[in-house]
Amino acid sequence: MRLIPTDEQKDLATTVRSFLASNAPMAKVRETAESPTSYDRPLWERLSGELGLPGLLIPEEHGGSGAGHADLAAALEELGAALTPSPLLASIFATNALIASNDDEAAKDLLPGIAAGTTIATFSTPVPGDPTIHAAADKLTGTLPRVLNGADADLILCTAIASDDSPPSLYAIEGTAGTRTPLTTLDLTRPQARVELDNVPARRIGPEDASEAIARALALCSVALAAEQLGGLRRCLDVIVEYAKLRVQFGRFVGSFQGVKHKLADMHCTLEQAESIVRYAAWAADEDPAELPVAAALAQSYLGRAYFQVAKDHLLLHGGIGFTWEHDAHLYYKRAKTDELLLGAPRHHRARLAEHLGLLA
Amino acid sequence: MTDLDTYRDRARSWLEERAAGLRPDPGLAEARAFMAELYDAGYSGITWPAEYGGQGLSAAEERAFQQASRDVVLPVGVFGIGLGMCGPTLLSIGTEEQKRRYVRPLLRGEEIWCQMFSEPGAGSDVASLQTRAVLDGDTWVINGQKVWTSVARQADFGLLIARTDAEVPKHQGITMFVVDMHDPGVTVRPLRDMTGESHFNEIFFDDVRVAPDQVVGEVNGGWSAAVTTLLHERVSIGMGAARTERPASFAALKTAAAARGLLADPAVRDRLIDLYLQERAFDLLNARMSQEVKAGIMPGARGSVSKLLLADLTLDSADAASEILGPDAVAFSDEGKIARALSWGPGMALGGGTNEIMKNIIGDRVLGLPREPQVDRAVPFKDLKVGTQAKEAGA
Repeated sequence: MRLIPTDEQKDLATTVRSFLASNAPMAKVRETAESPTSYDRPLWERLSGELGLPGLLIPEEHGGSGAGHADLAAALEELGAALTPSPLLASIFATNALIASNDDEAAKDLLPGIAAGTTIATFSTPVPGDPTIHAAADKLTGTLPRVLNGADADLILCTAIASDDSPPSLYAIEGTAGTRTPLTTLDLTRPQARVELDNVPARRIGPEDASEAIARALALCSVALAAEQLGGLRRCLDVIVEYAKLRVQFGRFVGSFQGVKHKLADMHCTLEQAESIVRYAAWAADEDPAELPVAAALAQSYLGRAYFQVAKDHLLLHGGIGFTWEHDAHLYYKRAKTDELLLGAPRHHRARLAEHLGLLA
Repeated sequence: MTDLDTYRDRARSWLEERAAGLRPDPGLAEARAFMAELYDAGYSGITWPAEYGGQGLSAAEERAFQQASRDVVLPVGVFGIGLGMCGPTLLSIGTEEQKRRYVRPLLRGEEIWCQMFSEPGAGSDVASLQTRAVLDGDTWVINGQKVWTSVARQADFGLLIARTDAEVPKHQGITMFVVDMHDPGVTVRPLRDMTGESHFNEIFFDDVRVAPDQVVGEVNGGWSAAVTTLLHERVSIGMGAARTERPASFAALKTAAAARGLLADPAVRDRLIDLYLQERAFDLLNARMSQEVKAGIMPGARGSVSKLLLADLTLDSADAASEILGPDAVAFSDEGKIARALSWGPGMALGGGTNEIMKNIIGDRVLGLPREPQVDRAVPFKDLKVGTQAKEAGA
């Protein structure tokens, strides 16, 4: 089990960090977030072309670089820290679903466009309680209630069933099919859309019973999201620690008050543990398929709460300025809450964890 | 095969031959005999300088030995304070004579050491200690009381810090001494703690006379040495935790809950999941920190993170166990593991620094936050309020 990053992973993180600092600073993030476009297309072209981020997980034969999940995690931490509005996470989700399905034809057809960044791909990750999509003769009907980057996606992967007692299959909807309604989102940097399907032609990916592939894909998505959450959590702590060293009240730096200092110490403990869990989950994603389900459920159960708590406390410790629109604290707070719920509420992840740990037997 | 592999293999076969079947906590005679054999085989003081009786090898050999001994519990607990704290302190600031006199017998288990810092009036704020050392001619005369001292009953020597100048601010008037624990003026009394057992002692000093060559470091310069010693302590408490027994682990409580048919209760499952998250987060952090150490990244003050989290885990897991086992946890006819864990938990959160002190250290030294204004820094010790103050009349 490897829990510390390799030199290559550190280099990748440094490259992405300095790229984002130059090309997607907070002013740019806000500009994109408050504009009608859901992401910054020129930036996306560079993230894909120069940095090759959407191709990290994709095998070289399909135009990617064939890197691992721990490598990807190193890059995603930086995007999470910078709140970069981009369809990267959605593409990673779609890639996980495609690769997990073991469908060589689909991989050959669909992965190169994702790797190049020319296809905006997404995966409508199913959450317990969501409406069901019905498949009949490779046509889909139903509603995907909230799809990450769903308004712009050229490729939507989703799960569907043939009848109520049949196992779930994985489908790909290509092009602009379906009725797409952008949702109002708490987190302006991460757009979602409702997609209504009425007999929309779709391509089945992988076997008819794709339960295992879907479970693996969701676990891998959990790990990727956790890496982004870790990056955001770390940035929140860094920012508030710096502020506590500058802000003076009652004649003292506020970081010298134990009421503040001890909270920051607790946040640091959370960060240390969150990082350990993310490294472990990314290691399991690369090296240990048997351990992945528990590791992924652990990662989401822990990181969702951890990031939100730290983002919340980082906002509160800023005092009144943290409640203003012009300050960035609320952007992290909203991202943390959105991420916490993106793949289902913490209770869903905890229920999955309970199942994998044999508590439901 | 590298030299290091050979070293590791040789250590492993020595341990297999000699350490198999050893009880972790044998009698004193047996522990001493083992320590002597360990020393004679070259595995005590691996990185310590050869001229004082160590092996003079590098940290790589030390790690190789730790890897070889990972699955063996060596009966060296009684020597831990000497090996982990007193010895390193003597090596770094002791005189040439002190190093020649004390280090080899310490490494060979011939002489046991303890550390005497805390006092009833000086807990978190050890620098407020009141034990006095006063010169009579050229001999120091020590009077006062220490508390929370491990292995004092077995110890032959102890490192003690005492007030040698009360006219200067508290950190500047402290001196460290080597004290002979067999001196007639030293009285060791076992301190019965809340577990009902005696893991620590209190020690009384009545006109204990100490020769001037037993001063460790400079006269009135004892504080910085004491700080280094205490940092060693925190790292070893937190990071050694992976090996300590956990009566209220997730695995144990899951089995207990299943045996009682409680897993159908969502409140029980929820509590178990909380415990699992806390336990895994702690274990994975420790695993990551040991990988960092192997890669040459030293934890430093981050040892306080481990120590703080272990304290929380110890208390919270015992608490979770009591929720799951119900009244049986506190009224029992078996060995009462959970009741013991409930009694032991606070010790973990207090020993080696309270949670609040750990958070100060994390804030100051890990995050680099501004320190609290210190009202006692510049005040002569004799003018300070120290310890628990009586209420003033009429207040």
